[in-house]
This record gives sequence, structure tokens and C-alpha cells, in this order.
Amino acid sequence: MAAEKTTIFSPETAARFDKLVTIYPVKRSALVPMLLYAQDDIGYISDAVVAEIAERIGITELDVRNVLSYYSMLRTKPVGKYHVQVCTNISCMLRDGYATLDQCKKKLGIGHKETTADGLFSLEEVECLGVCCWAPVVQVNYDFYDQLTPEKLDKVLDDYREGRGKETK
Amino acid sequence: MADVSFTVDGKKLTAPAGTLLIDACRAHGIEIPAFCYYPGLSLQAACRMCVVRQEKVPKLQTACTTPVAEGLVFTTESPEIAQARKATIELLLGNHPLDCPVCDAGGECELQDMTFRYGAHESKYVEIKQHREEQQWSPVVFFDRPRCILCYRCVRMCGEGMDVWALGIQNRGAGAVIAPNKQDHLECEECGQCIDVCPVGALTSGTYRYKTRPWEMNHVSTVCAHCGDGCKTTLGLKRADDGMEIVRGDNRDKSGINGDFLCIKGRYAFDYSNREDRLTKPLVRQANGELAPVSWEEALEFAGKKLREIRDAKGGRAIGVIGSNRTTNEEAYLLQKFARSVLGTNNIDHHRTADYATFAAALKGNADREASLRDFAAAPAILLLGGDPTEEHPGLAWQLRSDVRLNQARLYVVNHELIKLRRQAKAFLEISQDGYADLVSFLSGNGGALSSNEKAASFREDLLKEESVLIVFGPEYRGKDIEALVKFGMGFPKAKFAILGDYANSRGAADMGLFPDLLPGYVPVTAAGTFAEEYGEALPAAPGLDLVEMFDAAGAGDLAALYVVGSNPVSRYGVDASALKNVFLVVQDMFLTETAKLADVVFPAANLYEKAGTVTNTFGDIQLVKKAADRAGVRSDFELIVRLADRMGADVKKLVPFGRGGVRADFGQTRGAQSGEADRHQVWLTAHHIELKASPFDPFAIFDEVQRLVPAYDIPRMDLLTGNDQHIKTELVQIENTGSRRDLVLPSKDTLFTSGTLGKYSAMLHSVMESHTRKTAETAAD
Repeated sequence: MAAEKTTIFSPETAARFDKLVTIYPVKRSALVPMLLYAQDDIGYISDAVVAEIAERIGITELDVRNVLSYYSMLRTKPVGKYHVQVCTNISCMLRDGYATLDQCKKKLGIGHKETTADGLFSLEEVECLGVCCWAPVVQVNYDFYDQLTPEKLDKVLDDYREGRGKETK
Repeated sequence: MADVSFTVDGKKLTAPAGTLLIDACRAHGIEIPAFCYYPGLSLQAACRMCVVRQEKVPKLQTACTTPVAEGLVFTTESPEIAQARKATIELLLGNHPLDCPVCDAGGECELQDMTFRYGAHESKYVEIKQHREEQQWSPVVFFDRPRCILCYRCVRMCGEGMDVWALGIQNRGAGAVIAPNKQDHLECEECGQCIDVCPVGALTSGTYRYKTRPWEMNHVSTVCAHCGDGCKTTLGLKRADDGMEIVRGDNRDKSGINGDFLCIKGRYAFDYSNREDRLTKPLVRQANGELAPVSWEEALEFAGKKLREIRDAKGGRAIGVIGSNRTTNEEAYLLQKFARSVLGTNNIDHHRTADYATFAAALKGNADREASLRDFAAAPAILLLGGDPTEEHPGLAWQLRSDVRLNQARLYVVNHELIKLRRQAKAFLEISQDGYADLVSFLSGNGGALSSNEKAASFREDLLKEESVLIVFGPEYRGKDIEALVKFGMGFPKAKFAILGDYANSRGAADMGLFPDLLPGYVPVTAAGTFAEEYGEALPAAPGLDLVEMFDAAGAGDLAALYVVGSNPVSRYGVDASALKNVFLVVQDMFLTETAKLADVVFPAANLYEKAGTVTNTFGDIQLVKKAADRAGVRSDFELIVRLADRMGADVKKLVPFGRGGVRADFGQTRGAQSGEADRHQVWLTAHHIELKASPFDPFAIFDEVQRLVPAYDIPRMDLLTGNDQHIKTELVQIENTGSRRDLVLPSKDTLFTSGTLGKYSAMLHSVMESHTRKTAETAAD
């Protein structure tokens, strides 16, 4: 329905949404996947994203916000180009995850849920990323860096800063 | 479902299988506490207060989600359960502020009551409480976040009950919070139901907050003064400098035909009554052309003398009377009696909002064919033609939604607009604005009446399969169309009808004969036999002028006097002020309305909340109104009519038959062995809300007469006095051919936030209208 209308999403995402709303027994089941794809596309869940998704599914914006606010992985504010997520849950903590976090803070000069002035990096302390066997672990956008040592972490961040990092959204 | 037996606290109980344990227990007088459970809403099982022990089940069970079955054994109170509930309360109090001394809910707070009951007076939690500032979400809804216990009642009430879906839950865990639909404010119908169901003081009302304490108010249960639904409302009253001020309206006791429902008007729009600029002194136009306050003596004498002179000089034909949609039945009745027997005129009318006369004629002789508002709560099928109950009849809309939600009723809606109730409809048929008559013809079997379409055909097919239908229609139907509709409806094995008119007592005004051609009970003026007998006067036999004709006559110089009671025809009908230039105009009203501004004499009148009597809602439910508020200086319309009649030299005892029929008041002067008997009798009468008919201002003296003369109103008096609604006996209305009557119906087209002239004087309604333009969700969440 919204395909002919103006959309804030990229053509691929818009096409994907057109399909998504048709494949569930009730339309609103498409909400969480749509929010995730929208976040990948736009970078965060803006008011405009909320409005368009609500319209596409035929629910209220309030309904969208109720779900959106439940999940910490859905963001309502923009993040840096490289979003660094540091795990400090138990396995990583035992393998000095907090030191990893501190190192990131120091190196990037930002704190939890902050973004560098140049918009290149943002940092977030997160719960378990599911890579306990190779703790400590950091996730940059969708890429994992595990069994980190201070040197390894430095290299990872430097690579990204110098434009040598993996470019995934 | 079949009854099952089960045991609760050692007592053997029976209830239909599948009944929730909490309901079954409450029905048998066993109280199970619950915050989140609310009858009629979906189950939440969020609060853990209703836990009970079920035999052979390892853990405590929530009574609100446990259906009873044969042979189950429960314990609802034990040290173990008390401990569990106490722990729940302790958790709730973990961050709940202890500001009970200033909280609106203090004294009527469920959390407070439960804390008192289970004694969670000490706590293991020593953390500092997280405070958040309170937020104003709309002119009437305030949210105090730390007080919220997340029972979700408001969310469900708003969504399921009201079909507005303006409240949600955001974040999760300890951060979870009730959120309004526009992030920092609400865009909704402003009904205040969320505040009403809030078990604590998290949601508070703009009109009531921080004004008083619950136990400092007087509570009077009366009938809402706004639309034609006749919802019961319990007014909370506080002493003010000049009387009793209304500070709150709700219906927490769920009495009356509206259950616990009230819309914005019933809940908040009583504020006109408290306004500073209400008239409290009689005004008389002076030689300089200005209205100036004078004494009651002077104003009554002046008006009475002048009316008498006009009557004696020009006859009753030169006098017109316009009655009100918002006075009691007794006042409407008395007004027509005054017009016909004292003023000697049939020139009496009111602002007609529905064609009640034709409706009465169409139903004549058919018992049990008119639907009470109660009937909508459990009807299996309903056909709604025209009107927009959500806006114009919120109480009816609530009943319809509840019936669909709780009883899977089938609602058929036909309208020329996409009204909101179509969302509850099994079938919705859109027709053109002038297609209502054709629709009836189509439903009656004339296939060509509606331009053929499959939707209409299947609509008819489904509808005609119904056995028992409530047919409710808006003011789109008048005269012959009503007759045709009723004829069609009679084709169903069981059908009942309801007509939608606009104001608190529009129906009563019609039933009580505020018509130029019809006496009370729709008796034609040409057949006034019993009335003339009762009144002891010859009544004018020819039909008088209707409202429009009166103003025409005034413009032509044929009307010398006009008596307007609680009505604002100048504004409503856009009457040119110059037409009334040479008319002696007497107006009774609360405010200096557009009509009152032109008057020669203005009497300050009491409103419906300030008087006793009865009103009839548009469905024909008669209810008692009780005097709740009080304002120094004003008088009831009843008293004003009587006093005016007195000043005109009429026999007041004839007008109001007080003291007739053996009522002898004894005010305790009696001495001797039985001294004090009268006082005790007086106490008993007061306790039963029966006033002695010892005064000419007693509306019940007139109600006696109404019941004698209008058979349809001959309802059990005691039931009425105890506050129950009584349906009028439609079948006893004796009405002849009405087909030739002029159609003067002018629907007021009020919305949720307007209420005719009353609405103009409600600051709360104005602020709500200004605060936002209202828009509801496009579709309900699926």
C-alpha cells in the first residue's frame, strides 16, 4: 500500500516491508523485524520511522513505541558510523571485560551510549553477545572481535579509524 | 454453562463452570483483593494480589485466572497467603511515594486499603525512592509516575472499554511506565475512565486534584445534565462560600444504567454550575434600557402583574411559552399546566431534538417494544441507523461496545458517515445522507430502493436472520419514516426500538406535553377532558403556535409576551433580536444567555444538579434526580413557575396539589405521649428520600398528578425513590394520528465536547477543545 507513496526507506527496505506485512497471520507480527531492518537502513528509529511503520502495519504509533521501548537493541537516537558494543556479562567480566570497556572509553574518549564528536564511533556497554567461549568480546556493528587483548583491541579500533575496518551496517 | 460445586475456605459454593474464581468468590461475599483484575476487561494477572491456595497444586494460584471446576478446593485466607500478599505490597511500596496525606486517592486508595489490611508496614527495601515529576497529559488527565503500580487497568480500559487505545506501556522491568499516545500528551476522548479505574493516585483528574479529601465531600447520586442517555453520576460536593460546590463526578458505585461509565461531560462538565458569572439575582429592565438587579419581590411582582395584564387584555393567544430540555419532568409538566390553565394558551413548545410524538404513535399499544438503555447491555443483535453515539450518546456507545466485546453481540450499523462504532460492527453499510427512508424500504424487501450492491444485499440477508433485534435510530428518522421503520421492525419475532434525542430531559419535555398540540402523554389538546377535570379549568381547545410560529408572530406583532424557561432559542434558532422588541420577555436561566440578554425580566434559575425531581432519558428510562449542589440566590424553575402563578393571582393549590389526599404534616409540635413521633416520621421520610408534600414547591406533589393523568408514567414509586431507573409504559401512551404534524425536529449535533448552551459555559469543555484537535486511531490494533 505504501509502495507508491513516498517512503523514508531505501527501495530495498521498502520492498522488503511490503512483503513482510503480508506473510504473518496478523500484520503486527511484522513489527519487530521491521524495526530491526529500519534501524539498519536509517541507523536508528526516528519519529518518521515510527510513523511509517505504524502506517504500514495499520497500528498506532503508540503501539510501535510500546514495543520499540521494550528492546534495548532498538535505538531512538543516532549512533556513530561504527557502533562499538562491549560485553561485560559474566564470562567477559571474568576475562576482564571491564578493562576492555575502559580501554574503549579511554581510546575513543567517550562513555557508555556516547558518540565521538566526528560521529565515527559510539560506545555501548551491552549484555551477553553469545560468544562466551571466546570472551572477552566486542561487537562493532555486526562484526565480532573475540579473545581480545589490549593490543588486539587497539588494532581493531585503529583499523576502523583508518578506514580499514569491515564495512557492514 | 452448567453449575459446578467447589469449596472455598471450607464453604461449598456453586457457580457456572468456567466462572473465574475471583468472580465466584465475590458473588458469594468472599473478598479476594486484586489490583489488576477489573470486571469486564481482559485478564492481566500482573499484580499477584489475588493469590489463593488450590488443593493439590504446588504453588499459589491467581484467582483472577483460575476458572472454577467441579470438586476444586481453595483457601483464600491463610498465613501463607497473607504473607504472599504482604510481600507483593512490600514490593509495590518499594518505590511508591508515601504522600498519601496529599494524594487525591488517599482515603479511597486500594493500595492503602491493602497495606492496612495486610500490614506491610515495615520494609526490607532501603533504597532511595526514584522520584519523577508529575506530567499533565491533557486538561483533565494528570500522571504521577512514581505512584503507578502498573496494574494496566487504565491501558485496558482505554483500549478495550473505550476503543481509543491512547495509553500504552513503554520500557520494561523496573523502568516500565504508562505512556500516552502522543509521547508527552494524550489525544483521546478525554472520558477520564483511566482515572476512574486507577486503584491508586497515579492518574488524577484536572477538575478534582488537590481540591479536597474524599471523606470531606458529600456524595449525591443523581443524573447527568448533559446528553439524552441519562447516566447516573455521583457528585462529590464541598461546602463553598455561597452554597455547595461540585468538585467531582464519577460513578464508582456502578449504580444506574451506565455501569461505571461516564464520558467527559458527565465526569467534568459540571463546572458551569460553579461559575462565578452565574445569575444570582433577578434582573429587570429599567427605564434606561439596562437590566439591573432587583429584589425577588419586585421582579416577581413586576413579571406577574405584567403577564396578568397582557392575558386579561389580549388573551392567552398573545402569550407564548418555551420550555426546556433540561428541566425535570415535574417542571415541564408544571410549565404546560401553568401555560394552559393560568396563562390560558396552547402556545407552548420546546427545542425538539427527536420526533418522540410520532415514535410514541408508532409504538402505540405494543407492550415491551421500547428498549431501555439497559437492554443494550445484553442484546444479541443491534441495528444502529444514523446518529453517531460515540459523539452524541457516549453512554449508549459504551453499552454497544461492551455488548459486542463481552457478549459477542452482532452490531449492524448504517450511516452516511464513517462513524467510529463501525469498528465494532459485524456489518457496516454506508448510505447517502438522504437515503435513510430508502434504506427502510430496502430492508423491508423493496430491492430497488437502494442502488443495488452486493454489500447491501448481504447486509440485509444477515440482518433478517436475526430473531431479536434492538433497532436504535438517530434524528435522521422523523414522521412517516419512523412509522415505516417501526413497521419493518415489527417483522422481527422480537424487536425493540429506541430513538435518539439530545438532552437530559428532551424525552420528558415531549412526554410532559411541551407541545402546542399535545398535552402530557401526547393527548391531543382537542381532547383535554381528564386534564380539564383535574385542573378544574376550561383549557384552550385549539392547538397553539409552535416555536417557529411564535417567533413569526412576535415579528408580526401578534405576540405580546413570551416566557422562556431554561432555553436559549435566540441562539439556537438564530432569532433576530428585533423580532422580540415589542414582546414582554421573561427568561429563567442560569446565565445571561443570548435570549436572556433581550429579556425584560430574568430570573436566576437552579440547574439540574440543584433540584429534585425526575427525568426521562431518550430511551424512556425514568430516573430520580436529587438535589446535590446549591447556590445562594438561585431558585428552581419549579418554584419560579409557582411563584409567578401566585403573583398572577392563580390558585397555587390548584396548580400544585400539595397537601391534597390526606397528607398532613406534623412538624413535631404535637405534645403528649406521642410527642416526637412526627420527628421520627420526618427522619424516616428523609432517610427514604421522601419529602413531605407539604409545600407548593414539592415536585412530588406534581408527580402524583402526572402519574394520575399520564398512564405511561404510572411506575412503581418506591423503586424510583430508591434510585432505580424505571421504564415508561410505552404501550399506555394514547396518541392519535400524528402524520400531519409539522416537522420541527432540530438535532443539536453536539459532539463529545459540546453540550448546547450548557457547554458554552463549561470552561473545562472549552479547554479540552482548545488543547487539541481530536483524532482517534485509524483502526484498532489487531
